[in-house]
Amino acid sequence: MLKRVHFGTSVLPYLLLAPQIIVTLVFFIWPASQALYQSLLIEDAFGLSSEFVWFENFENLVSDKTYLNSFQRTAMFSFSVAFIAMSTALVLASMADRVIKGALTYRTLLIWPYAVAPVIAGALWVFMFDPTLGIFVYALKAIGYEWNHKLNGNEAMFLVVVASAWKQVAYNFLFFIAAMQSIPKSLIEAAAIDGAGPVKRFFSIIFPLITPTTFFLLVVNVVYAFFDTFGVVHAITQGGPAKATEILVYKVFYDGFVGLDLGGSAAQSVILMAIVIVLTVIQFRYIEKKVEYT
Amino acid sequence: MAQVLLSNVRKSYGDVEVIKGVDWQINDGEFVVIVGPSGCGKSTLLRMIAGLETISGGEISIKGTVVNKLEPSERDIAMVFQNYALYPHMSVYQNMAYGLKIKKIPKEEIEERVQKAAEILEIEDYLERSPRQLSGGQRQRVAMGRAIVRQPAVFLFDEPLSNLDAKLRVQMRLEIKKLQENLGITSVYVTHDQVEAMTLGHRLAVLNEGVVEQLGTPIEIYEKPQTVFVAGFIGSPSMNLINGKLDDEGNSIVLPEGGTVKLSKGKKQYKGQEITLGIRPEHVTLAKGKENGIEVKISVVEQLGADTLVHCTLGKGETKISDTGFVVRLSGIKTFEEGSFMSLNFADKHLHMFDAKTGKRIE
Ligand SMILES: Nc1ncnc2c1ncn2[C@@H]1O[C@H](COP(=O)(O)OP(=O)(O)OP(=O)(O)O)[C@@H](O)[C@H]1O
Ligand SMILES: [Mg+2]
Repeated sequence: MLKRVHFGTSVLPYLLLAPQIIVTLVFFIWPASQALYQSLLIEDAFGLSSEFVWFENFENLVSDKTYLNSFQRTAMFSFSVAFIAMSTALVLASMADRVIKGALTYRTLLIWPYAVAPVIAGALWVFMFDPTLGIFVYALKAIGYEWNHKLNGNEAMFLVVVASAWKQVAYNFLFFIAAMQSIPKSLIEAAAIDGAGPVKRFFSIIFPLITPTTFFLLVVNVVYAFFDTFGVVHAITQGGPAKATEILVYKVFYDGFVGLDLGGSAAQSVILMAIVIVLTVIQFRYIEKKVEYT
Repeated sequence: MAQVLLSNVRKSYGDVEVIKGVDWQINDGEFVVIVGPSGCGKSTLLRMIAGLETISGGEISIKGTVVNKLEPSERDIAMVFQNYALYPHMSVYQNMAYGLKIKKIPKEEIEERVQKAAEILEIEDYLERSPRQLSGGQRQRVAMGRAIVRQPAVFLFDEPLSNLDAKLRVQMRLEIKKLQENLGITSVYVTHDQVEAMTLGHRLAVLNEGVVEQLGTPIEIYEKPQTVFVAGFIGSPSMNLINGKLDDEGNSIVLPEGGTVKLSKGKKQYKGQEITLGIRPEHVTLAKGKENGIEVKISVVEQLGADTLVHCTLGKGETKISDTGFVVRLSGIKTFEEGSFMSLNFADKHLHMFDAKTGKRIE
């Protein structure tokens, strides 16, 4: 006979769950509800009084040109980051997939950037591209290009995109390589016998078979670019020059803590929250889709 | 002329040599089956012919061209994999047409070839389905179809039937045999199935630890195994192998378990030598008198319906039971008392003798 263990109505399960629940409540649910509440208030600049205004903050946002610009900029930024991070990772993964010797070293090196904190990553790129000290700027000067991302908005944007993408490559790489290695080797061999070269094999066999992973990563990367790039932007450009790199998360911070428009900033973060919820739902919907190898 | 020539072909992984010098000539239109125990290098050899493994030494040539350095697609071969390796995101039609499209064959011709192959394999009705929606046997056919449409010089099969159930395997076995005969394409077929090995090919190669122990027609190999390994490997249940010693005249074999086996034709040149005696279970008969024979104790009786398998141990009387097993196969249903003794007999012509040291056949 098997003896079953019953906890009955003991407090143990609750105790075990408590840390996670407390963390969620304190760091997610409470701030989120605060933001929701705040978004319905307008506070005076000194924080002395506040007025309940329903959706006035949202109405203001929708008609605010700078906000809509920032929205557009963020969309552009996110897709660039996702595209660069994913395509780089895909190329690296398809190369690593073919490597046999030293594969572990290669993979370990590629995973490192993921462990770097956003601000540190930002700082790295700031040093490399510093208009007066940066090694890349020096190199660019040698081929006759004047780099100054502190003055040129496009250059600043480029830098923020590259720095953000660089950090995400490792994550994407891991998923891509896992997906590629789950494709049975005989499929690739069959294609080779059928006369498909490496490039043809990649586009007609490997890439279609990893679409579920690609889609999953697309959502993850867009979410990352939308929300986790604050540190990078803050370290490199602080949203400048002339707001050229002010993406939505940065604007939330800037309007709230620098501009002291708490209600407007809260409304912005509520919109961001809604976007992330939608993206997450999409992601969970499609992550179930798997390729069956026959 | 799609001849496949292997000369001193070798393969090593690091320090380990898994194919140790294979020499072969596979003639045009011939069907050669490779059989051997797991891990002996069958797949490796096949994959070297296909170009999926590099060749560490020696030469492989197909249709008179040395292919050592050629890509798989340049070797004019087609391969059927054990797990079928169908492209899961393509329909059956696309699976079969993939290779032809890459070769830039005109669309009408592709259509025609796929149609024809589908007819031969009776899969016309599934052309639009995806491989996921097919049964194991149907997938197997599609995999074969994909090989056929390419009209290759050589077919390579790596245990294509091992994922099918017993009944389907019999059916597909017959179909593959017929198909190969009709198309007349040179084929190499890897299996570890006894029946496939015996029935499918014109010739059979028995591989053991990277060495071809024997290459010959299935009947040759069954009747005259050249080594102890081949003798023990081909045939089911496998051949009884007993250690013995030729007497000083070379006229009879003395068994350590007691008993002697008289030879009608003496083997003078081997007198006094240690040998391994081989006798197939199906060639043993129950002794009536006390002629040429051996005594055994019956341990287990298995009745298969058509046959009865009697598992015995060699030995005479209670005191001299050895642990050398001995299997007897008798046709029809026979009953025996387990634990009792009996004497067995066999004709001289069914006796195989091997040098105990080298394992080579003694004629
Ligand atoms: N990539 C490899 N690296 C090292 N050893 C290998 C490699 N591939 C195969 N081997 C070894 O080579 C030997 C032959 O392998 P192979 O796959 O050809 O056997 P097989 O005869 O096809 O066996 P099975 O009947 O189980 O399919 C085995 O001992 C195997 O361990
Ligand atoms: Mg094998």
